[in-house]
Amino acid sequence: MGDSVVIVGAGQAASQLAASLRGESYQGTITIVGDEPYIPYQRPPLSKAFLAGELARERLFIKPEEFYTEAKCTLRLSTVATAIDRARKALKLSDGSELTYSKLVLATGARVRKLPLPGADLPGCFYLRGIADVERLQDFFKPDKRLTIIGAGYIGLEVAAVALKRGVKVSVIEALPHVLARAASPEISVFYEDEHRRSGVDLRCYVRTESITQSGGALAVNTSSGIVPADFVLIGIGIVPNVELATAAGLDEDNGIVVDQFAQTSDPSIYAIGDCTNHPCAYASTGRVRLESVQNAIDQAKHAALSICGKAKAYNEVPWFWSDQYDLKLQIAGLGAPDDQIVLRGQPSSRSFAVFRLRDGVIAAVEAVNAAPEYMMGRRLIAARARVAPERLADKAIPMKEIVQ
Amino acid sequence: MAKIKYIEHTGKEHVVDVKSGMSVMEGAVKALVPGIDADCGGACACATCHVYVDAAWLTKLEPMQEMEKTMLDFAEGVEGNSRLSCQIKVSDALDGFTVRMPKSQH
Repeated sequence: MGDSVVIVGAGQAASQLAASLRGESYQGTITIVGDEPYIPYQRPPLSKAFLAGELARERLFIKPEEFYTEAKCTLRLSTVATAIDRARKALKLSDGSELTYSKLVLATGARVRKLPLPGADLPGCFYLRGIADVERLQDFFKPDKRLTIIGAGYIGLEVAAVALKRGVKVSVIEALPHVLARAASPEISVFYEDEHRRSGVDLRCYVRTESITQSGGALAVNTSSGIVPADFVLIGIGIVPNVELATAAGLDEDNGIVVDQFAQTSDPSIYAIGDCTNHPCAYASTGRVRLESVQNAIDQAKHAALSICGKAKAYNEVPWFWSDQYDLKLQIAGLGAPDDQIVLRGQPSSRSFAVFRLRDGVIAAVEAVNAAPEYMMGRRLIAARARVAPERLADKAIPMKEIVQ
Repeated sequence: MAKIKYIEHTGKEHVVDVKSGMSVMEGAVKALVPGIDADCGGACACATCHVYVDAAWLTKLEPMQEMEKTMLDFAEGVEGNSRLSCQIKVSDALDGFTVRMPKSQH
């Protein structure tokens, strides 16, 4: 029997892997198994332009359907992979059939973390991860409706910005002392708190949600600082990696499917890529990381393709992320750690500034708000493990191109 | 609708009908034209949809926004006629618009 790659999951990583395998002249068959009814689509616009109604659904698709036909990549959509038989190198599917593989690639992504509180499953409570979630949510986006968002991460804050623009009244409840607490430095968090409050968001940090109840035709979010009434609720408290298929097959798992720098799991015939993986990362203070990003999905897919095609190259790309809120573009490169030295470049009040994070004198991360030079140069400096004196980084009079002496 | 000509760095040409309102980047991706990666999907966050614009067309485009200008300023192989194709919106007026792709987007 000929060579075959079977990909579980039909997101950004799966689409890139199919493209990269063909780009590397892979001759075997390629099959993508996805549980959603859609061909691979971009998730980042879901909480931004797509939710805002500024981007039609067709424009979410990463590649047109013809791409998969031309690439001789079979799509098995609305299909769940139920088990891996490693001994027989076969993947069992929800329709009772099975696919045999030479290489299996788990691109299973992540699912929303459910809020384990009473009332979180009431009608009118939403999560946001896929196209269907946004389409359900959009019906409620009407002027003067009251939206309460639980969780002030990227999803919560991006949805808040879109909702305000549509005339929705927005409250955001965050259990931690600051917004974006897991994603960015305190300087960035405080800046975004001010921006959201100034725009009209009722933002409540360090407030615990206790339950959601129904009262009349509306909902009430009961918190440690009182009741927040709402017509609808969005819960955005993070995502959890889809590892169950891997663990049931006995693959190593540790906050994600454990892979090496070639995206290979503890079974050499099985790879894993994207949000579901825990992988080595020289830019992480702990040496390993699980990333939730387009960059990681794309780059890890490219490296898995190289490895499958016998041209293995270690994955070592600088992580990068972005978030659009109001007229603010947040661009982040590298990974922060709690004890980083923080260097501020520019004034937050100017709405264009950057935070550099230094670790042992080396630039480890940059968080740039409407500051593309700092972000673009920062990315290069992080890759180069550059050392730049903090006082130079802080000096806006020195252009980024001349920042390295 | 406009006919957009995409020229790969090898010289291979692709002429594509692109709907008004879409970006020049989307036109290429949807037609499977190689040479434009567009990792971020058009958010002006990655500079992997870099193209060189035919000189005759440069002045007919909307001027660049600050974000595009600065992203390009730090990209590889940038020339005076460089643009990020995700930021060029297609309209009927762009019929015949021609772009060349760089050798690599990374």
